[in-house]
Amino acid sequence: MKNPVYTFEKLKFASFEFTCCEGCQLQLANREASLDAFFSLLDVRTFREISSEKHDDYDIAFVEGSISRSDEIERLQVIRKQAKILVAFGTCACFGGVNSLKNRFSTEECIAEVYDGQPIETLPIRKISDIVQVDLSIPGCPVAKEEVERIVVSLATGSLVTLPKYPVCVECKEQLNTCMFDLGEICLGSITRAGCNAVCTSGKTPCLGCRGHADDINFPAFMELVKERGLSVSDLQEKLGFYNAFEAYRDDET
Amino acid sequence: MHSKLTATMKLDCSIDIRHLTRVEGHGNIHIRVENGMLMEARWDVVETPRFFEVMVKGMSAERVPFLTSRICGICSISHALASIRSLERAMQVTPPPAAETVRLLAMHGETLQSHALHLFFLAAPDFAGMPSVLPLMQSHPELVKAGLGLKELGNEISAVTAGRCTHPVSLVVGGLSKAPDKIRLQQLLGMIGERKAALDIACDFFGTLDIPRFERETEFISLHNGATYPFIGGDLRSTDEVLRDENDYLLMTNEYLAESSTSKFTRCSRESSAAGALARFNNNSEFLHPEAKKAAESLALRPVSHNPFTCNIAQLVECVHILNDAEAIIGKLLDMDLREIRTPFTPKAGRATGAVEAPRGILYHHMETDEEGKVVKADCIIPTTQNNANIHYDLGALARQALEEGKNDREIEKLATMLVRSYDPCISCSVH
Repeated sequence: MKNPVYTFEKLKFASFEFTCCEGCQLQLANREASLDAFFSLLDVRTFREISSEKHDDYDIAFVEGSISRSDEIERLQVIRKQAKILVAFGTCACFGGVNSLKNRFSTEECIAEVYDGQPIETLPIRKISDIVQVDLSIPGCPVAKEEVERIVVSLATGSLVTLPKYPVCVECKEQLNTCMFDLGEICLGSITRAGCNAVCTSGKTPCLGCRGHADDINFPAFMELVKERGLSVSDLQEKLGFYNAFEAYRDDET
Repeated sequence: MHSKLTATMKLDCSIDIRHLTRVEGHGNIHIRVENGMLMEARWDVVETPRFFEVMVKGMSAERVPFLTSRICGICSISHALASIRSLERAMQVTPPPAAETVRLLAMHGETLQSHALHLFFLAAPDFAGMPSVLPLMQSHPELVKAGLGLKELGNEISAVTAGRCTHPVSLVVGGLSKAPDKIRLQQLLGMIGERKAALDIACDFFGTLDIPRFERETEFISLHNGATYPFIGGDLRSTDEVLRDENDYLLMTNEYLAESSTSKFTRCSRESSAAGALARFNNNSEFLHPEAKKAAESLALRPVSHNPFTCNIAQLVECVHILNDAEAIIGKLLDMDLREIRTPFTPKAGRATGAVEAPRGILYHHMETDEEGKVVKADCIIPTTQNNANIHYDLGALARQALEEGKNDREIEKLATMLVRSYDPCISCSVH
């Protein structure tokens, strides 16, 4: 593709989904005003949700969802073999996401509750990097299309791809929101990676950490704050466990 | 797919479509014809189950809508509101009127976005003979621009009312966590006025399409309140004259496990029933906005339409209703005091159903809470679950009709895929 500054090839792109709601892929069709420009960077080889064309010669694979069945493991391994860059796309792919809440129960309990104990295959939820090597992670439930656009432009132009290292708190302060803690709510915004433009807290809803932890967080100080404000530790645990994005910290109450 | 014509020129073919494209989620179509006779026609859902009814157990009521909205990436607002409605009814919480009005507008945004996505991205390529909307952007730029304009408007309405278009942030048990900004509401009015022209372009395009002629008498089920076109709560009504209370949703669905599907199937008075835009239209067309009635008239859509392909047309008629009704709702909101938007509540034990009309049809969430407001039992019955059996039986009837008309395997395959797409299935949702 010709451009006054760069000459670049369209990215040979494919999009796949596993155990998920397909909401992250849907974001690829959002931000309608820039949709034409966005797709001009991509040579869409496979994207089942919006296209009947299917070609297996892609270089970049966006993989949405978590893994919960053996046929998914096989499909994922085939994708890994083909893709030069495999992107874990969205919170389910990066961390397991809300689907991981299932792992609190045994497989038998799950099947008994929903399928009256009929034989249905399901495995405990795993994130993509538990199965194959992941080259790039784009977190978010759902992913923020603006961030996806920025990353796709970087990939197409061969620039460095980065995610913010700082927490959601920074973006929230920029928007002059009242702190959720001052409204009496535990909010994970001070320990969660930014990039969402603080969309939840701007809607006066506490951050549940869908983007995982920011770099170098001070978790003990965060715990101290929760206790100092007299807020419920069980509420904190429910929030930390919501997306399975704070696995390392969840039961750390020091 | 393989086929051969036998000596007597009777068709032998096997159509196997694994992971049908341009639908949400994973479903398979299987049709087998021997010597010109239909031997088998199946609709199998092979999506991986997620077990939301298990995940939600033990979760506090206030958090539940943030979890259940993740059942679906396209109709997350409907799922949030179905959970909210069931929990509010279970714990006897009455949201302020302003919050109810904003919720209806949020539903309008989601329905418009979802219908535009389906009509232009998923269904239109079939009628234009294209594999996707991407080449359509070049061949039919005006049409795609109109579709994108409507989809963008739907997303913007959802963002203004619910904080974000996919996975809402400000819809909460008791009302809203934050009221919509009146300046943005005013801007929405301008956007709606501007995008009505896109509706005309869409009506012109879909009005000239050759909609496949196929009918199978069907029981259509939707919400019904006897006063307005239904979106949130009300009685459950079928075109077979069944009328039930919202809490009696189990009698309307009779959910059962189907062989080779991870989604369940349902039935009411017959072997199958249908939900969705066409069901809403068939049960409630008299409550549409006058402009939408006019559009239905010009598109020759009349209740009760038993042709599943006309679901596309019903969706378009609903888009006309939504733009006009959204205008009226926004006018009302601009005159309202939007400070009282949330009713505080004390968690308590209870159980109730919350039914809403998601874009693809009637959606039921039933929740039972304990004294602390934590969920002890949940049941979700999804529109696509309610359409699975109808899709399945339609496929057989459609294949039989196509054989009688002497159609070949490629034509049957195309018709079968278009049939399934016309239901706009949301398969991940159905295997929540």
